[in-house]
Order: sequence, then C-alpha cells, then structure tokens
Amino acid sequence: MSAVIDSHGHAHGHAGHHGPYSGIMRWITTTNHKDIGTMYLWFSFTMFLVGGGMAEVIRAELFKPGLQIVDPDFFNQLTTMHGLIMVFGAIMPAFVGFANWLIPMQIGAPDMAFARLNNWSFWLLPFAGSLLIISFFVPGGAPGVGWTMYAPLTVQMGMGMDLTIFAVHLLGMSSIMGSINIVTTILNMRAPGMTLMRMPLFCWTWLITGYLLIAAMPVLAGAVTMTLTDRHFGTTFFNAAGGGDPVLYQHIFWFFGHPEVYIIALPAFGVISQVIPAFSRKPLFGYASMVYATSAIAILSFMVWAHHMYTVGMPVTAQLFFMYATTLIAVPTGVKVFNWVATMWKGSLSFETPMLFAIGFLFLFTMGGFSGLVLSLAPVDIQLQDTYYVVAHFHYVMVAGALFSAFAGIYFWLPKWTGRMYNETLGKWHFWLSMIFFNMIFFVQHFLGLAGMPRRVPDYPLMFETWNKISSIGAFGFGLTQLLFLYIVVKCITSGEKAPQKPWDGADSLEWTHLPTPAPYHSFETPPVIK
Amino acid sequence: MMPSKSKYRAAHWAAAAFLAAFSGLAQALEWNLQPPATPIAADVHGLHDYVMILVIVIFVGVFSVMFWSVYAHRKSKGHQAAQFHENTMVEMLWTVIPLVILIFIAWPATKTVIAQKDTSNADITVKATGMQWKWGYDYVKGEGEGIHFVSELSTPNEQIEGRATKDAHYLLEVDHPLVVPVGKKVRILTTAVDVVHSWWVPAFAVKQDAIPGFIRDTWFKATETGTFRGQCAELCGKNHGFMPIVVKVVPQQEYTAWVEQQKKRQASAGAALQTAEANTSQ
Repeated sequence: MSAVIDSHGHAHGHAGHHGPYSGIMRWITTTNHKDIGTMYLWFSFTMFLVGGGMAEVIRAELFKPGLQIVDPDFFNQLTTMHGLIMVFGAIMPAFVGFANWLIPMQIGAPDMAFARLNNWSFWLLPFAGSLLIISFFVPGGAPGVGWTMYAPLTVQMGMGMDLTIFAVHLLGMSSIMGSINIVTTILNMRAPGMTLMRMPLFCWTWLITGYLLIAAMPVLAGAVTMTLTDRHFGTTFFNAAGGGDPVLYQHIFWFFGHPEVYIIALPAFGVISQVIPAFSRKPLFGYASMVYATSAIAILSFMVWAHHMYTVGMPVTAQLFFMYATTLIAVPTGVKVFNWVATMWKGSLSFETPMLFAIGFLFLFTMGGFSGLVLSLAPVDIQLQDTYYVVAHFHYVMVAGALFSAFAGIYFWLPKWTGRMYNETLGKWHFWLSMIFFNMIFFVQHFLGLAGMPRRVPDYPLMFETWNKISSIGAFGFGLTQLLFLYIVVKCITSGEKAPQKPWDGADSLEWTHLPTPAPYHSFETPPVIK
Repeated sequence: MMPSKSKYRAAHWAAAAFLAAFSGLAQALEWNLQPPATPIAADVHGLHDYVMILVIVIFVGVFSVMFWSVYAHRKSKGHQAAQFHENTMVEMLWTVIPLVILIFIAWPATKTVIAQKDTSNADITVKATGMQWKWGYDYVKGEGEGIHFVSELSTPNEQIEGRATKDAHYLLEVDHPLVVPVGKKVRILTTAVDVVHSWWVPAFAVKQDAIPGFIRDTWFKATETGTFRGQCAELCGKNHGFMPIVVKVVPQQEYTAWVEQQKKRQASAGAALQTAEANTSQ
C-alpha cells in the first residue's frame, strides 16, 4: 500500500496542485478517483478472502458425508454470507474500482464527475461489510436463509437478519451513487472528439451497467424493506395469513436478481474487450455490434426473472414466456463470444498473464453459457433447480466470468497503476493453478446436480461422495492459489521492475497512449485531442 | 521400426485400459440424470441429451476456431496481425443461425412444459405438506382416500454424527414412504405450514415448491415399480438436508392391500383416540 501512496505522491507532488493529505487522512478525505479506485480494489480483495474463507469451511464440511466440522445451522449461515459477501462485497466493488481508475483516463477527463459523492460511495462499504460480519456474533447468528433471502424463512431469523438487511441497504446506496457518478462522468466529461461510439468498450459496458444498477438496486431495497416490516411491524407482504404471498418476494427479488447477474457480467465483458484486442494486436471485431449486443442483454435481463422460479408453479403461459425470453439471451451473448474469437482470428497473439486470463474467461464463461442454455429449458430446469448443477453454472459465470476477468484486468493495468511490472512467471503460475483448481471444484458439480444432489445441504447421501471430495480438494487448492496472487501484487508494488508508458504494444486506449506510467494523480488537466 | 510399433501398441493398450477404467468409474460415479421412471422424466432426459449434443457441436465449432488461432496466429511464430474488423454478412449469420437453433430447442421443450402442466384426470390425488422438517401426506381423492400419515427421516443420528457406519440409503430413508400404484396418474398437491419447501423426486422429474398458505400441483405416472428417493429442494432452515421424500411404487394388488391395512390402522388408532378422549372427559 505505502508504495502506491509513494508513487502517486512523488509523481504528482509538483507545485500548483492541491496535493493529498498524508497518512490515513488522505484515504478518508480523498476525492481522487485513483485513490478511491485503489480502496475499492483492496476492499474487494479483502472481502474476497473473507468470503473465500467461508467457502473453504463449506467445502471442508462437504469433504465427506456426515456432520464433522460445523452444525447445519452455522452451515446455512456460511452459505448465506459467502454468497452475499462475494456478490456485494467482492465482485461488484472490484468492478467499481476498475471504473474509478479507468473511466476518467479512458475518456480523457481529469476525475469523476462527483468527487465527494465518490468518496461517500466507497466509505459506505466498510460499514456494510462490517455489519455482515458482525451478524455472526449477535444472538441467533447470521441469517441462514441463502443469499436470496426467501420469505418467510427470513421471518424466523434472529437480529442477524436485520443487520443483513441494513447492510444490503448501505450496499445498494453505495452502488446507486457509484452508478450515478459513472453515468454522469461518461455522458458529460468526455474529451472533445471522444464520441460515444469511439469510447473504449469498457466505458460502454459500464455506462449500460450504471443504468442497470440504478433500475435494479431500488427493487432489492424494496424487497428487503418489506422483509423488515414483515419481521417487526406487523405487515404481511409475504404471509398468506394476512393476504400476502411468499412468492411475491421471489418475483421482486429476481426482478433485481437477474439484472444483477449482468451488472456483474457486463463490466467483465468490458475488460475482456480491452484485453483480447491488445494481445491480438488487432482491433476488436464488430465494435458496434458489441455495443448493441450489450444493450440487448441489458434490456432482455429485465424480462427473464421468473426463470429462477419455474418450480413455484406458474401458469403454463408464464412458464413458456420466460423460457422463450431466456433462450433469446443466448443470441447477443453468442454475438459477444463470436466477436472475441473473430478478434483473435488472424491476429498476432501473445500470451502474457492478462491474455491467459482473458482466454480462460472466454473458454469457461462460454461453458457457463452452455449450462445456462441447458437450464433455460423449463422442463430440464425443473429437474436441476436448487441442485449443484445450478451451483456449478453460476460459479462458471461468476468466478470464471467475473473473477477471471478481474484478474485479467488487474494484470493488464497494474503497470499503469503502480508504475511497476508484475512477475510474469508467477502470473502464469497463478493462471494455470486457478484454471485447474477452478475446474476441479466446479466441473464435477455438474455431475452432482444431474445425479440429484440438492444445494445448501451440510450433508449428503453416499453416492455423491467421490465428486464432493474432488470438489473440496480443488477448493483448497484454489484458495491457496489466491494467496499467490496477493504475493504477486504486493511484490509488484514494492519491488517490481519499472514499467514503460505502454508495456503492451497492442494497447490503444488513452491511458496507454496519452498518459505516462504511473498515471498522474490528476489524469487529464487539459483534455487530450482525439482525432 | 519394431520399437515404435510396440510403443504404439502399448499406447493402444493404455488407451483401452483408460477407457475401461473410465467407463467403470462412470458407472460407479453418478454423473448423469437418474434413470427415468415416468414418461415426463424420459422426455426431460431426451431433451437434456439433445441439448447436450447441440452444445458439444457448438463447443467444438467455436473452440476449434479459437484454439487454431492460439496455435497458428502467434506473434512468437512471426504471424502478422491482419487488421480487418466488421463484416455485416458474418455478423448477420452468427445472429440468425443461433436464433434458428433456439427454435429447434424450444419446440420439444414447449411440448414437455405443456405435458408437465396437465394435472387433469388424475387417478389418485395426494396432498404433500412440507413442515420443518418432515412431510405430511393426505390421500384426498381416489383409492386410499382418507389415509394420512407423516413421513420423517429414519437415518439414526449416530450415522449422521459418524458414530455408526452409514447404510446404503443414508439420508434417503424415511419411516413411512408415500405408497402409490404403478401406471396410475398421481396428482400431488403441495403446500406448507411454515416456510417454502420443495417436493422433489429426481427419477420422476417432478419438483414442486410447497408454499405456505397456497396449494400448487404437479403429477407423475410411474411406469415401473420400485422405491424412488428424493430430497427437499428449497432451503427451509436448519434441517433442510434431512427431510427426504421416498416413494414406493407398487403393483395395483399390493396397493389395494396396503390401503386396507392403512384404513384398519387408522380406524383402530381413531377408536383408541376416542376411548382416550372419553376417559379423560369423564
């Protein structure tokens, strides 16, 4: 950390600028997009380790049949908090961190549009994260309801549930403010000549994600608020005895929940769309169709929510409508995959760590897409709903999709951020170990789900033992591998070789072509000229 | 020549041994849907196989292009980057072709969805009530009407806590299984008394959430006799993993005999209850 501070401070302590405070006050009071981006990324990585630690306990319990390490109640608390922390604490903040660092640099702006709002957006997060963790230590413990928090199970929980609801509110406020900031920055602060259709694709995906967040997060806030009033203030939104309906909760939750999937995936697509052309030394194939495909996915994502609910017993017409709408998402998603592959075709490829992670992303995310296609068919989904098949599917999308893309992005921009290169050999080790262990954990879970193992159970019938063992061993390996990542990043910051302005010869966005390495504290004092 | 030939043969044998080992493994390890025991489950099986074939074809197509690039278009091999981008024809094709494939997938799926939803003309109707953490069964219509009982996990705690050897149906055994006749259409009404549960029997491809305060329905017609086992499929609290569903599909005669026996049991239990009530009220 201190090296990050130093490199910024030294490069930009020149006269005429209002320099940053020193010490801890710099981080508390900062309105600088790079400082805030750095804090987002470190916060996200911390949460990633916390949520990952929970996953390790889950996999240790599932190593063999029987109850060994944790009791069923605590097991449910772990699955709940693992999900919430990874989705809201690790993945989403990671991509907001990328947005903070990169959007001003990529569009030729000095900083984000609302600098103080930006500070507040970040500083809500540590409090929200703490609330989630504190919930383990209150009477009744953390809620054991799953990250989806289905009613009316939520009504049976202790005060940990209330802390979680409040944490979700804070996280939602943070996300909404962050997106307002990003959308405003992109629409108003582009350098002259930087038309929308010239923006790097990362900015485009974040522009669309910003709108998704603004539309979806208040819906989640509504759902958890209704849960809160059902718990404490005598309302019966989700209680049939008072005229409510438990399924109403599921509709509201998934109306948020499905766009949420794309809120996580779209910025990941954006990162990949920067990395693949750079290491293929060839422009992105079909830039315009990428923009249209991203928009199409965003619009469709609001029309498919009930495909998470085929087993609640909807009318046949609803079942069919949601099935058709869901399969349609395969079209724009396919366009994206084809575009990336066509970008690589006849390029001049090299395989530095960011490119390895990007190709790993492409390969595994497509597999997640395939299992998504299988799940889109209502009759098959009814069989696989709430089994390990679904667990495998969404981890292919979330871990292989979002996390691998975040790794690709971090290795890609780390030289620009820190002014130093990471160790390429160790980076490649990180990739290959992650790739192998990831598939060990999750590929076999497809088999478990097909054979009939339900998810969110602390114990299982004997026929599932072998795959669970393999999965658990993979999980331990994957966890250790991420400590290697921490070492690589710290080593890069403290003692990496000095990086040139443009270490990747195929990179062509403004942060590489117009800014020195490491990037100056204020990105563009005067707007660059874009021809 | 000889050594290379014997080497080749050795490789051949190794491959054969590997395949044999793998097929043995595949039998020992569950890695596909359970064998279907109803027409709907057979449809679901067929649908899954069909989509998997399409998926594998697309997988091979897309990734052979990608890996060919990875192999051939390398900078280290001196490959010069072409600078082409955008081609309306290609982009139209890769939008329209997937759309057509989707129609081919959606058609058979639609037929199955409609069949799954048709719960009319059932021979027997049973209400399954989810409770934390057991299932209640009420035979509400058809042969056996009036029978009701509660079905709970029968695996002893010693096995769960590792103090005794786990038996073959560990966590998949109950004290009173649901009994139904083979070849009859059984309609299951689901509901719950506390939180959402889900009634699931994989071999029937039946999974229906049990929602407190509401009644939903599903159906199955088992084509073979046997015992079929499933688990609750919606997180319902602490013992969610410990409320299995066991269905015994029996021949018609055996079913009739079972119904008689249950009726007698219930009648004597009812009589005993009445006597007990009479005694306490005195």
